[in-house]
Amino acid sequence: MNVVDARGLSCPQPVLMTLEEIKKTNQGEIKIVVDTETSKENVCRAAQSQGWQIKDIQEQGEDFYITIVKG
Amino acid sequence: MQGMKNFFASKWGIISVGAVIGILAPLLQKWGNPGNMGVCVACFERDIAGALGLHRAAVVQYMRPEIIGFVLGSLVAAYLFGEFRSRAGSAPIVRFILGVFAMIGALVFLGCPWRAMLRLSAGDWNALFGIAGLIVGIWIGTIFFRLGYNLGRSQKTYSSVGWLLPLVMVGFLVLMFIFPQVQGEPKSGVLFYSIKGPGAMHAPVLISLLVGLGIGFLAQRSRFCTMGAFRDLILFKQTHLFFGICALLLAAFITNFILGQFHPGFAHQPVAHTMELWNFLGMVLAGLAFALAGGCPGRQLFLAGEGDGDAAVFVLGMIVGAAFAHNFGLASSPKGIGPHGAAAVVIGLLVCLFIGFTMRKKSA
Repeated sequence: MNVVDARGLSCPQPVLMTLEEIKKTNQGEIKIVVDTETSKENVCRAAQSQGWQIKDIQEQGEDFYITIVKG
Repeated sequence: MQGMKNFFASKWGIISVGAVIGILAPLLQKWGNPGNMGVCVACFERDIAGALGLHRAAVVQYMRPEIIGFVLGSLVAAYLFGEFRSRAGSAPIVRFILGVFAMIGALVFLGCPWRAMLRLSAGDWNALFGIAGLIVGIWIGTIFFRLGYNLGRSQKTYSSVGWLLPLVMVGFLVLMFIFPQVQGEPKSGVLFYSIKGPGAMHAPVLISLLVGLGIGFLAQRSRFCTMGAFRDLILFKQTHLFFGICALLLAAFITNFILGQFHPGFAHQPVAHTMELWNFLGMVLAGLAFALAGGCPGRQLFLAGEGDGDAAVFVLGMIVGAAFAHNFGLASSPKGIGPHGAAAVVIGLLVCLFIGFTMRKKSA
Protein backbone atom coordinates (compact mmCIF):
# COMPACT_ATOMS: atom_id res chain seq x y z
CA MET A 1 0.00 0.00 0.00
CA ASN A 2 1.23 3.50 -0.80
CA VAL A 3 1.94 5.62 2.25
CA VAL A 4 1.95 9.42 2.36
CA ASP A 5 3.73 10.86 5.39
CA ALA A 6 2.49 14.42 5.84
CA ARG A 7 3.40 14.81 9.50
CA GLY A 8 4.70 18.21 10.51
CA LEU A 9 3.67 19.87 7.25
CA SER A 10 1.46 22.94 7.23
CA CYS A 11 -1.53 23.68 5.00
CA PRO A 12 -2.01 22.88 2.16
CA GLN A 13 0.81 20.31 1.92
CA PRO A 14 -1.04 17.27 3.38
CA VAL A 15 -3.91 17.75 0.92
CA LEU A 16 -1.56 18.42 -2.01
CA MET A 17 0.40 15.24 -1.26
CA THR A 18 -2.79 13.19 -0.89
CA LEU A 19 -4.22 14.45 -4.17
CA GLU A 20 -0.92 13.77 -5.94
CA GLU A 21 -0.94 10.18 -4.67
CA ILE A 22 -4.59 9.77 -5.65
CA LYS A 23 -3.72 10.90 -9.18
CA LYS A 24 -0.89 8.36 -9.38
CA THR A 25 -2.75 5.46 -7.76
CA ASN A 26 -6.13 5.76 -9.49
CA GLN A 27 -7.65 3.01 -7.37
CA GLY A 28 -6.82 0.76 -4.44
CA GLU A 29 -5.73 1.81 -0.97
CA ILE A 30 -3.63 4.72 0.25
CA LYS A 31 -2.49 5.36 3.81
CA ILE A 32 -1.90 8.97 4.87
CA VAL A 33 -0.17 9.89 8.13
CA VAL A 34 -0.85 13.33 9.62
CA ASP A 35 -0.38 14.81 13.08
CA THR A 36 -3.09 17.44 13.50
CA GLU A 37 -6.86 17.23 13.65
CA THR A 38 -7.04 19.95 10.97
CA SER A 39 -4.91 17.96 8.52
CA LYS A 40 -7.03 14.87 9.23
CA GLU A 41 -10.23 16.74 8.39
CA ASN A 42 -8.72 18.35 5.29
CA VAL A 43 -7.30 15.09 3.93
CA CYS A 44 -10.61 13.25 4.49
CA ARG A 45 -12.58 16.05 2.83
CA ALA A 46 -10.21 16.11 -0.17
CA ALA A 47 -10.24 12.31 -0.60
CA GLN A 48 -14.02 12.18 -0.47
CA SER A 49 -14.27 14.97 -3.04
CA GLN A 50 -12.27 12.73 -5.41
CA GLY A 51 -14.68 9.81 -4.92
CA TRP A 52 -12.50 7.93 -2.42
CA GLN A 53 -13.87 6.49 0.79
CA ILE A 54 -12.45 6.70 4.30
CA LYS A 55 -11.85 3.08 5.24
CA ASP A 56 -10.24 3.60 8.60
CA ILE A 57 -8.68 6.22 10.86
CA GLN A 58 -6.34 5.04 13.61
CA GLU A 59 -4.92 7.29 16.28
CA GLN A 60 -1.46 6.33 17.46
CA GLY A 61 0.06 8.71 19.96
CA GLU A 62 -0.34 12.12 18.38
CA ASP A 63 -0.52 10.77 14.81
CA PHE A 64 -3.49 9.82 12.69
CA TYR A 65 -3.24 6.97 10.16
CA ILE A 66 -5.94 7.48 7.56
CA THR A 67 -6.67 4.68 5.10
CA ILE A 68 -8.61 5.71 2.01
CA VAL A 69 -9.91 3.33 -0.61
CA LYS A 70 -11.41 3.36 -4.10
CA GLY A 71 -12.60 0.62 -6.44
CA MET B 1 -18.36 17.17 22.59
CA GLN B 2 -17.81 14.77 19.70
CA GLY B 3 -20.97 16.05 18.00
CA MET B 4 -19.80 19.61 18.39
CA LYS B 5 -16.42 18.62 16.99
CA ASN B 6 -18.02 17.23 13.86
CA PHE B 7 -20.39 20.15 13.51
CA PHE B 8 -17.66 22.77 13.23
CA ALA B 9 -15.83 20.76 10.57
CA SER B 10 -19.03 20.68 8.51
CA LYS B 11 -20.26 23.12 5.91
CA TRP B 12 -22.84 24.58 8.28
CA GLY B 13 -20.22 24.79 10.99
CA ILE B 14 -17.93 27.07 9.00
CA ILE B 15 -20.91 29.06 7.71
CA SER B 16 -22.19 29.70 11.23
CA VAL B 17 -18.73 30.78 12.44
CA GLY B 18 -18.39 33.19 9.48
CA ALA B 19 -21.85 34.57 10.26
CA VAL B 20 -21.06 35.04 13.96
CA ILE B 21 -17.89 36.99 13.10
CA GLY B 22 -19.88 38.98 10.54
CA ILE B 23 -22.39 40.00 13.22
CA LEU B 24 -19.92 40.63 16.06
CA ALA B 25 -17.45 42.79 14.09
CA PRO B 26 -19.94 45.55 13.13
CA LEU B 27 -21.28 45.39 16.70
CA LEU B 28 -17.76 46.02 18.05
CA GLN B 29 -17.68 49.09 15.80
CA LYS B 30 -21.02 50.17 17.25
CA TRP B 31 -19.57 49.68 20.74
CA GLY B 32 -16.58 51.89 20.00
CA ASN B 33 -14.07 50.32 17.59
CA PRO B 34 -12.97 52.43 14.56
CA GLY B 35 -14.97 52.67 11.33
CA ASN B 36 -15.22 49.42 9.35
CA MET B 37 -12.66 48.07 11.81
CA GLY B 38 -14.79 46.08 14.23
CA VAL B 39 -12.07 43.48 13.83
CA CYS B 40 -8.84 43.89 11.87
CA VAL B 41 -5.99 41.58 12.79
CA ALA B 42 -3.34 43.65 10.98
CA CYS B 43 -4.56 47.02 12.31
CA PHE B 44 -4.95 45.68 15.85
CA GLU B 45 -1.49 44.11 15.92
CA ARG B 46 -0.20 47.46 14.63
CA ASP B 47 -2.02 49.18 17.52
CA ILE B 48 -0.37 46.71 19.94
CA ALA B 49 3.04 47.58 18.45
CA GLY B 50 2.11 51.23 19.14
CA ALA B 51 0.96 50.53 22.70
CA LEU B 52 4.36 48.93 23.35
CA GLY B 53 6.17 51.92 21.85
CA LEU B 54 7.73 49.88 19.03
CA HIS B 55 6.50 52.67 16.77
CA ARG B 56 5.45 56.13 17.88
CA ALA B 57 2.58 56.94 15.51
CA ALA B 58 0.44 58.71 18.10
CA VAL B 59 -2.93 57.88 16.52
CA VAL B 60 -2.55 54.07 16.50
CA GLN B 61 -1.53 53.01 19.99
CA TYR B 62 -3.78 50.65 21.93
CA MET B 63 -3.37 47.19 23.44
CA ARG B 64 -6.24 45.56 21.55
CA PRO B 65 -7.86 42.92 23.78
CA GLU B 66 -9.44 41.25 20.74
CA ILE B 67 -6.03 39.94 19.60
CA ILE B 68 -5.25 38.65 23.10
CA GLY B 69 -8.67 36.98 23.14
CA PHE B 70 -8.13 35.33 19.75
CA VAL B 71 -5.00 33.55 20.96
CA LEU B 72 -6.36 32.62 24.40
CA GLY B 73 -9.78 31.54 23.07
CA SER B 74 -8.05 29.24 20.64
CA LEU B 75 -5.84 27.89 23.45
CA VAL B 76 -8.91 27.06 25.56
CA ALA B 77 -10.66 25.34 22.63
CA ALA B 78 -7.54 23.38 21.74
CA TYR B 79 -7.18 22.09 25.31
CA LEU B 80 -10.89 21.32 25.73
CA PHE B 81 -10.90 19.20 22.59
CA GLY B 82 -7.49 17.61 23.06
CA GLU B 83 -5.95 19.39 20.08
CA PHE B 84 -3.14 21.36 21.72
CA ARG B 85 0.00 20.19 19.90
CA SER B 86 3.22 21.99 20.65
CA ARG B 87 5.27 22.11 17.47
CA ALA B 88 7.94 24.33 15.94
CA GLY B 89 10.95 24.40 13.66
CA SER B 90 9.52 24.80 10.15
CA ALA B 91 11.67 27.64 8.73
CA PRO B 92 10.94 30.16 11.53
CA ILE B 93 13.09 32.96 10.06
CA VAL B 94 11.20 32.69 6.77
CA ARG B 95 7.88 32.90 8.61
CA PHE B 96 9.13 35.97 10.49
CA ILE B 97 10.10 37.76 7.27
CA LEU B 98 6.79 36.76 5.64
CA GLY B 99 5.00 38.20 8.68
CA VAL B 100 6.90 41.47 8.35
CA PHE B 101 6.01 41.93 4.68
CA ALA B 102 2.44 40.64 5.11
CA MET B 103 1.95 43.45 7.61
CA ILE B 104 3.58 46.06 5.38
CA GLY B 105 1.33 45.03 2.46
CA ALA B 106 -1.76 45.08 4.67
CA LEU B 107 -0.88 48.54 5.99
CA VAL B 108 -0.44 49.92 2.47
CA PHE B 109 -4.03 48.78 1.80
CA LEU B 110 -5.11 49.55 5.40
CA GLY B 111 -6.54 46.25 6.50
CA CYS B 112 -6.16 42.51 6.75
CA PRO B 113 -8.43 40.21 4.71
CA TRP B 114 -11.03 40.30 7.52
CA ARG B 115 -11.15 44.09 7.37
CA ALA B 116 -11.22 44.00 3.55
CA MET B 117 -14.46 41.99 3.86
CA LEU B 118 -15.81 44.30 6.57
CA ARG B 119 -14.97 47.39 4.51
CA LEU B 120 -16.78 45.92 1.51
CA SER B 121 -19.77 44.94 3.65
CA ALA B 122 -20.07 48.57 4.80
CA GLY B 123 -20.00 49.94 1.25
CA ASP B 124 -16.32 50.94 1.01
CA TRP B 125 -15.79 50.06 -2.65
CA ASN B 126 -12.01 50.69 -2.38
CA ALA B 127 -11.96 47.29 -0.69
CA LEU B 128 -12.78 45.70 -4.06
CA PHE B 129 -9.26 46.56 -5.26
CA GLY B 130 -7.80 45.15 -2.06
CA ILE B 131 -9.75 41.90 -2.34
CA ALA B 132 -8.79 41.59 -6.02
CA GLY B 133 -5.16 42.04 -4.96
CA LEU B 134 -5.57 39.48 -2.19
CA ILE B 135 -6.89 36.92 -4.67
CA VAL B 136 -4.07 37.61 -7.14
CA GLY B 137 -1.46 37.32 -4.36
CA ILE B 138 -2.91 33.99 -3.22
CA TRP B 139 -3.09 32.81 -6.83
CA ILE B 140 0.64 33.52 -7.23
CA GLY B 141 1.15 31.53 -4.02
CA THR B 142 -0.72 28.54 -5.50
CA ILE B 143 1.65 28.57 -8.49
CA PHE B 144 4.55 28.15 -6.06
CA PHE B 145 2.70 25.28 -4.34
CA ARG B 146 2.32 23.59 -7.72
CA LEU B 147 6.06 24.09 -8.32
CA GLY B 148 6.86 22.28 -5.08
CA TYR B 149 7.21 25.18 -2.61
CA ASN B 150 7.38 23.82 0.92
CA LEU B 151 8.70 25.29 4.18
CA GLY B 152 9.55 21.86 5.55
CA ARG B 153 8.35 19.88 8.53
CA SER B 154 7.85 21.14 12.05
CA GLN B 155 8.88 19.01 15.01
CA LYS B 156 6.92 18.06 18.08
CA THR B 157 8.40 19.81 21.07
CA TYR B 158 7.94 20.71 24.74
CA SER B 159 4.46 21.97 25.65
CA SER B 160 6.07 25.12 27.01
CA VAL B 161 7.16 26.12 23.47
CA GLY B 162 3.53 26.25 22.38
CA TRP B 163 2.65 28.17 25.53
CA LEU B 164 5.05 31.05 24.90
CA LEU B 165 2.90 33.25 22.63
CA PRO B 166 -0.26 32.68 24.74
CA LEU B 167 1.85 33.67 27.77
CA VAL B 168 3.05 36.80 25.97
CA MET B 169 -0.61 37.64 25.39
CA VAL B 170 -1.40 37.06 29.07
CA GLY B 171 1.51 39.38 29.85
CA PHE B 172 0.04 42.07 27.56
CA LEU B 173 -3.32 41.70 29.30
CA VAL B 174 -1.75 42.01 32.74
CA LEU B 175 0.12 45.15 31.61
CA MET B 176 -3.18 46.59 30.44
CA PHE B 177 -4.79 45.98 33.83
CA ILE B 178 -1.78 47.39 35.72
CA PHE B 179 -1.54 50.44 33.44
CA PRO B 180 -5.10 51.18 32.29
CA GLN B 181 -5.92 54.06 29.99
CA VAL B 182 -6.05 57.46 31.71
CA GLN B 183 -8.46 59.83 29.97
CA GLY B 184 -6.57 62.45 27.96
CA GLU B 185 -3.12 61.00 28.75
CA PRO B 186 -0.85 59.57 26.00
CA LYS B 187 0.89 57.21 28.40
CA SER B 188 -0.01 55.08 31.39
CA GLY B 189 3.00 53.44 33.02
CA VAL B 190 4.89 51.68 30.25
CA LEU B 191 1.98 51.58 27.81
CA PHE B 192 1.19 54.16 25.14
CA TYR B 193 -2.41 55.18 24.40
CA SER B 194 -3.84 57.29 21.59
CA ILE B 195 -5.71 60.43 22.53
CA LYS B 196 -7.19 60.82 19.05
CA GLY B 197 -7.45 58.82 15.85
CA PRO B 198 -8.33 55.14 15.38
CA GLY B 199 -6.21 54.11 18.37
CA ALA B 200 -8.45 56.18 20.64
CA MET B 201 -11.56 54.40 19.40
CA HIS B 202 -12.33 51.16 21.12
CA ALA B 203 -15.11 49.12 22.64
CA PRO B 204 -15.02 48.61 26.45
CA VAL B 205 -12.05 46.41 27.38
CA LEU B 206 -14.06 43.50 28.77
CA ILE B 207 -16.42 43.39 25.79
CA SER B 208 -13.46 43.38 23.37
CA LEU B 209 -11.80 40.62 25.37
CA LEU B 210 -14.94 38.47 25.59
CA VAL B 211 -15.70 38.81 21.87
CA GLY B 212 -12.07 38.01 21.11
CA LEU B 213 -12.18 34.90 23.30
CA GLY B 214 -15.43 33.77 21.67
CA ILE B 215 -14.15 34.26 18.13
CA GLY B 216 -10.83 32.60 19.02
CA PHE B 217 -12.69 29.58 20.38
CA LEU B 218 -14.99 29.24 17.36
CA ALA B 219 -12.26 29.88 14.80
CA GLN B 220 -10.02 27.21 16.35
CA ARG B 221 -12.84 24.69 16.11
CA SER B 222 -13.81 25.56 12.53
CA ARG B 223 -10.29 26.35 11.13
CA PHE B 224 -11.69 29.61 9.75
CA CYS B 225 -9.14 31.13 7.34
CA THR B 226 -9.72 33.90 4.82
CA MET B 227 -6.56 33.10 2.83
CA GLY B 228 -7.33 29.37 2.84
CA ALA B 229 -10.79 30.17 1.48
CA PHE B 230 -9.38 31.53 -1.77
CA ARG B 231 -6.36 29.19 -1.85
CA ASP B 232 -8.47 26.03 -1.61
CA LEU B 233 -10.87 27.37 -4.21
CA ILE B 234 -8.03 28.09 -6.68
CA LEU B 235 -5.87 25.07 -5.86
CA PHE B 236 -8.43 22.31 -5.23
CA LYS B 237 -11.76 23.85 -6.34
CA GLN B 238 -12.87 23.25 -2.73
CA THR B 239 -15.53 25.60 -1.41
CA HIS B 240 -15.51 24.64 2.29
CA LEU B 241 -13.62 27.64 3.76
CA PHE B 242 -14.98 29.93 1.04
CA PHE B 243 -18.50 29.44 2.43
CA GLY B 244 -17.15 30.81 5.71
CA ILE B 245 -16.04 34.15 4.28
CA CYS B 246 -19.21 34.42 2.17
CA ALA B 247 -21.22 34.04 5.40
CA LEU B 248 -19.02 36.68 7.08
CA LEU B 249 -19.56 39.12 4.21
CA LEU B 250 -23.33 38.60 4.07
CA ALA B 251 -23.84 38.72 7.85
CA ALA B 252 -21.66 41.83 8.14
CA PHE B 253 -23.58 43.54 5.32
CA ILE B 254 -26.94 42.84 6.98
CA THR B 255 -25.66 43.91 10.42
CA ASN B 256 -24.06 47.09 9.06
CA PHE B 257 -27.27 47.89 7.20
CA ILE B 258 -29.41 47.43 10.32
CA LEU B 259 -26.97 49.48 12.47
CA GLY B 260 -26.88 52.31 9.91
CA GLN B 261 -23.19 51.66 9.20
CA PHE B 262 -23.61 51.02 5.47
CA HIS B 263 -22.33 54.02 3.48
CA PRO B 264 -21.62 53.10 -0.15
CA GLY B 265 -18.95 54.99 -2.10
CA PHE B 266 -15.24 55.46 -2.72
CA ALA B 267 -14.45 58.80 -1.11
CA HIS B 268 -14.34 59.66 2.61
CA GLN B 269 -14.48 56.07 3.84
CA PRO B 270 -13.16 55.59 7.38
CA VAL B 271 -9.44 54.72 7.68
CA ALA B 272 -9.15 54.15 3.93
CA HIS B 273 -7.58 55.80 0.88
CA THR B 274 -8.64 55.83 -2.75
CA MET B 275 -5.37 54.94 -4.53
CA GLU B 276 -6.63 51.93 -6.47
CA LEU B 277 -3.26 50.66 -7.65
CA TRP B 278 -1.76 50.59 -4.15
CA ASN B 279 -4.88 49.17 -2.56
CA PHE B 280 -4.46 46.38 -5.09
CA LEU B 281 -0.69 45.90 -4.90
CA GLY B 282 -0.55 46.16 -1.10
CA MET B 283 -2.89 43.21 -0.87
CA VAL B 284 -1.09 41.27 -3.62
CA LEU B 285 1.94 41.40 -1.32
CA ALA B 286 -0.09 40.51 1.79
CA GLY B 287 -1.98 37.70 0.01
CA LEU B 288 1.22 36.16 -1.34
CA ALA B 289 2.92 36.33 2.07
CA PHE B 290 -0.13 34.77 3.80
CA ALA B 291 -0.25 31.99 1.19
CA LEU B 292 3.46 31.21 1.52
CA ALA B 293 3.12 31.17 5.32
CA GLY B 294 0.02 28.92 5.25
CA GLY B 295 -2.63 31.14 6.82
CA CYS B 296 -4.27 34.54 7.06
CA PRO B 297 -3.25 36.69 10.05
CA GLY B 298 -6.28 35.56 12.04
CA ARG B 299 -5.54 31.90 11.37
CA GLN B 300 -1.92 32.42 12.44
CA LEU B 301 -3.17 33.69 15.83
CA PHE B 302 -5.47 30.68 16.22
CA LEU B 303 -2.67 28.28 15.23
CA ALA B 304 -0.35 29.97 17.72
CA GLY B 305 -3.04 29.41 20.36
CA GLU B 306 -3.11 25.67 19.66
CA GLY B 307 0.65 25.32 20.06
CA ASP B 308 2.11 26.15 16.65
CA GLY B 309 5.38 27.94 17.44
CA ASP B 310 6.00 28.76 13.78
CA ALA B 311 2.67 30.60 13.51
CA ALA B 312 3.71 32.46 16.67
CA VAL B 313 6.89 33.61 14.90
CA PHE B 314 4.75 34.88 12.00
CA VAL B 315 2.63 36.86 14.49
CA LEU B 316 5.77 38.43 16.01
CA GLY B 317 6.94 39.21 12.47
CA MET B 318 3.69 41.06 11.84
CA ILE B 319 4.07 43.13 15.02
CA VAL B 320 7.66 44.03 14.13
CA GLY B 321 6.56 44.69 10.53
CA ALA B 322 4.01 47.19 11.86
CA ALA B 323 6.79 48.99 13.73
CA PHE B 324 8.86 49.23 10.54
CA ALA B 325 5.79 50.31 8.58
CA HIS B 326 5.20 53.34 10.79
CA ASN B 327 8.83 54.17 11.63
CA PHE B 328 9.86 54.12 7.94
CA GLY B 329 6.78 55.84 6.51
CA LEU B 330 5.53 52.74 4.70
CA ALA B 331 1.99 52.64 6.11
CA SER B 332 -0.82 54.47 4.35
CA SER B 333 -3.17 57.03 5.85
CA PRO B 334 -6.51 58.35 4.60
CA LYS B 335 -4.46 60.84 2.52
CA GLY B 336 -2.80 58.01 0.56
CA ILE B 337 0.24 55.81 0.70
CA GLY B 338 3.24 56.67 2.86
CA PRO B 339 6.38 58.27 1.36
CA HIS B 340 8.11 54.90 1.04
CA GLY B 341 5.08 52.59 0.80
CA ALA B 342 5.49 51.92 -2.92
CA ALA B 343 9.17 50.97 -2.56
CA ALA B 344 8.35 48.67 0.36
CA VAL B 345 5.68 46.85 -1.65
CA VAL B 346 8.10 46.27 -4.54
CA ILE B 347 10.84 45.05 -2.17
CA GLY B 348 8.32 42.84 -0.35
CA LEU B 349 7.15 41.25 -3.59
CA LEU B 350 10.76 40.56 -4.61
CA VAL B 351 11.47 38.95 -1.22
CA CYS B 352 8.34 36.76 -1.50
CA LEU B 353 9.30 35.70 -5.04
CA PHE B 354 12.80 34.87 -3.81
CA ILE B 355 11.33 32.72 -1.03
CA GLY B 356 8.82 31.08 -3.37
CA PHE B 357 11.34 30.24 -6.07
CA THR B 358 14.17 29.05 -3.87
CA MET B 359 12.32 26.96 -1.26
CA ARG B 360 11.12 24.18 -3.47
CA LYS B 361 11.46 20.44 -3.17
CA LYS B 362 11.42 18.41 -6.33
CA SER B 363 8.55 15.91 -5.93
CA ALA B 364 9.84 12.50 -4.94
